[in-house]
Amino acid sequence: MAWTWFHRLASPPYVYALAARLTPWFAWPAALLIVAGLYGGLVVAPPDYQQGEGYRILYVHVPSAWMSLMVYTTMAVAAGIGLIWRMKVAHAVAASCAALGATFTFCALVTGSLWGAPMWGTYWEWDPRLTFELVLLFQFLGYMGLRAAIEDVQRADRVSAVLAVVGIVNVPIIHYSVEWWNSLHQTASVMKLSKPSMPPEMLIPLLMTGLGFTLLFGALLLVRLRAEVLSRERAASWIREAVAGEAVRA
Amino acid sequence: MMEFLEMGGYARYVWSSYAIVLVAIVLNIVWARRALKRAQAEARRRVTMRDAA
Repeated sequence: MAWTWFHRLASPPYVYALAARLTPWFAWPAALLIVAGLYGGLVVAPPDYQQGEGYRILYVHVPSAWMSLMVYTTMAVAAGIGLIWRMKVAHAVAASCAALGATFTFCALVTGSLWGAPMWGTYWEWDPRLTFELVLLFQFLGYMGLRAAIEDVQRADRVSAVLAVVGIVNVPIIHYSVEWWNSLHQTASVMKLSKPSMPPEMLIPLLMTGLGFTLLFGALLLVRLRAEVLSRERAASWIREAVAGEAVRA
Repeated sequence: MMEFLEMGGYARYVWSSYAIVLVAIVLNIVWARRALKRAQAEARRRVTMRDAA
């Protein structure tokens, strides 16, 4: 089995060009799925038998929360690959994740709070799920702060990668928190072994926004990765070709 | 239409949730594109400087 694909992924010019080519393939399906999914969630899906129309927050809350965990996992795995194989591109991927992760973790917390207010009677509770999600936000912010504080990019890569890798313990804690502790937060309705506990006309819009957010993350990551790769390459001659091509397009 | 906007009395919570998430998506798109534009402009400047030297 050839490992050429892995070696090619370590090459900045290859990754820069590949990311540019792949971006529209993520962005357009993401836009379609999110628009269709939100329409389905707001208009097509029936009201909930307990929460009435209020449950429709689900269609933005769950994808945001799902995205917060997915972005952190991507960041930690990329940071780990960067540490083990000393791969610059992997560090660039990790660095590109942080701001995206922070905003979607923030969205998950705020939409959860706006959902909790009418249903639980409180905007905030020091409940395990909520508390560890808040910790995740601080992990993203801490990672960004640490990177910003270290001038030398390679040192920033290594130090922040250690923080990212260690912090991954919080991801399963958040996921299983509703099972391990008595929580106000309901347990999983979709991500479980048995059948999802939702009728299809409620579930399908959720799966659409979930997939849409995943693809959106992909598209945003690819754009940020190009910026990150380009700014890290000081001397490389391929930059001349890359920016020469873009000068025409821009 | 009014009934849809009222969201069964949950309008405040539902619409502010959607607004916040949509703003976050738009901001992330703007930030990512701006980061790329900046990196490209910076790279172009480096190339021109080296050519001049």
